Amino acid sequence: MELSSLYTQVILEHNRNLKNKREIEGYTHKERGHNPSCGDDISVEAKIENGVIVDLAYTGSGCSISQASADMMIDLLKGKTVQEAMDTIEIFLGMIKREISDIDYLEEVLDEAAILQGISNLPVRVKCAVLAWHTLKEAMKEDPIVQDK
Amino acid sequence: MKNIRDDFPIFNQEINGHKLVYLDSAATSQRPNQVLDAVANYIRKDNGNPHRGSHILSIRATEAFEGVREKVRKFIGARSVKEIIFTKNTTESINLVGYSYGMNTLKTGDKIVISIAEHHSNLVIWQQVAKKTGAQLVFMYVDEEGRLPLSELEKIDKLTKIVAVTHMSNVLGTIFPVEEIVKKAHSVGAKVLIDGAQAVPHMKVNVTDLDVDFYAFSGHKMLSFMGVGVLYGKEEILKNMEPFLFGGDMIEYVYEEETTFNELPFKFEAGTQGIEGVVSLGAAIDYLEDLTFDFIHQKEMELTEYALSRLKELPYVKIIGPTDLLNRGAVISFTVDGVHPHDVSTILDSYGVGVRAGHHCAQPLMRFLKINSSTRASFYFYNTKADVDALIENLEEVRRWMGYGAK
Repeated sequence: MELSSLYTQVILEHNRNLKNKREIEGYTHKERGHNPSCGDDISVEAKIENGVIVDLAYTGSGCSISQASADMMIDLLKGKTVQEAMDTIEIFLGMIKREISDIDYLEEVLDEAAILQGISNLPVRVKCAVLAWHTLKEAMKEDPIVQDK
Repeated sequence: MKNIRDDFPIFNQEINGHKLVYLDSAATSQRPNQVLDAVANYIRKDNGNPHRGSHILSIRATEAFEGVREKVRKFIGARSVKEIIFTKNTTESINLVGYSYGMNTLKTGDKIVISIAEHHSNLVIWQQVAKKTGAQLVFMYVDEEGRLPLSELEKIDKLTKIVAVTHMSNVLGTIFPVEEIVKKAHSVGAKVLIDGAQAVPHMKVNVTDLDVDFYAFSGHKMLSFMGVGVLYGKEEILKNMEPFLFGGDMIEYVYEEETTFNELPFKFEAGTQGIEGVVSLGAAIDYLEDLTFDFIHQKEMELTEYALSRLKELPYVKIIGPTDLLNRGAVISFTVDGVHPHDVSTILDSYGVGVRAGHHCAQPLMRFLKINSSTRASFYFYNTKADVDALIENLEEVRRWMGYGAK
């Protein structure tokens, strides 16, 4: 795989973007995701009200692919319903697993995140790309967390 | 003088149009033609099942197998071939001691002392022994350079029954004070196991002089095949230990209900062993002794000195561990500002430079050092200054790819 198709400008910009890297006050869902083998370790927080993701953010550290992927996911899924988000995550995971390859469709549904399609050619980095998506999926399966006010 | 690199066919290849630069020998070394040929010749001419048949091939296989055992005995300075047990790898060697000695000997209130710099192979088994027996697992901590201060040896006290420590850290390259550890442990009646996976390929080790009770190492980090390792143990200790694995060849008489066990070292070698691996280990020892450890050490220190000086020129590189040549091996861990180690290794790989990234199977050490992961370059005698140059030049490419100015 060509390095230029992995480390694209889009990836590098998302890797450096910090606007989605924060904690959410009053989050309703939170999950930690990590890849022990490489040290990627993130937490995804979501605030879900009436079935809609009204706020979504992550904290933690990891490689450029894991961080850019988390940032793109948040841009894409914030404001969607839980069901829409779940469906979109499945499409993203389907793309990485090479089950869905129609790039026009992927770009329509996944927007910039479709750029991570190339990762499927680099098996050792696949887990970096899917980390945030798996973590959010697990978080949304749980019952809401009731926080002390 | 002959060119050493000609012995290693794997280096005759390009990756993405770049010369292959292999800087991951601490993970596994490459194999020279002499080792490959020795195994091919054995398979072509002598293959049989050792210790089992009376026909010529079984006899030759036995001679090959036992010949390497004697070679290993001499190589590490053991007193008797009864003290040399073949295993799969260092991990299995340590597990053998953990299960056979640790699980059966330790009890509540006893202590097992290890260091924070242990590879998971010399850590997880001791956690299990501690859990099963009620013994306490105690850690000795390293200083900021990754060296074990002698004051930490105070943790080896009268309650200590086992001290299990690495000879050389696979992450930081620091060499541990084995002589002092052995002296301290024996003064309180504890047994000592040394994980020599990173040491034996690079330095002359004499287990009798060191007076260690157990010493474990792997073949594949010292030019031989994967799947062969060695456990050295003092005969008087091994003699009283129960077998680890049960089955063929480790037995003497087998009745329907009862079995008596074979003598040392066969008591610990159940089932058909990886003879090809053992043969490769014999050829690897010949190769290393022919080269001499003086030469190997000198070459490695030249490369390490050069690599350290060049890495220090890069303001965005932080070296983890010692930055001098004192009492260390040819392993250098580092981080690159603003770039995750896995991005470093992916980008270096695209230029043909193979390094290791991650936690190096030493998660507690990484946590102790307060880093998630690092990049590691490790050298062996077949590396060159040009390999170091390729690393340095391409680290600048790493920064450029990740959107930083070259310097």
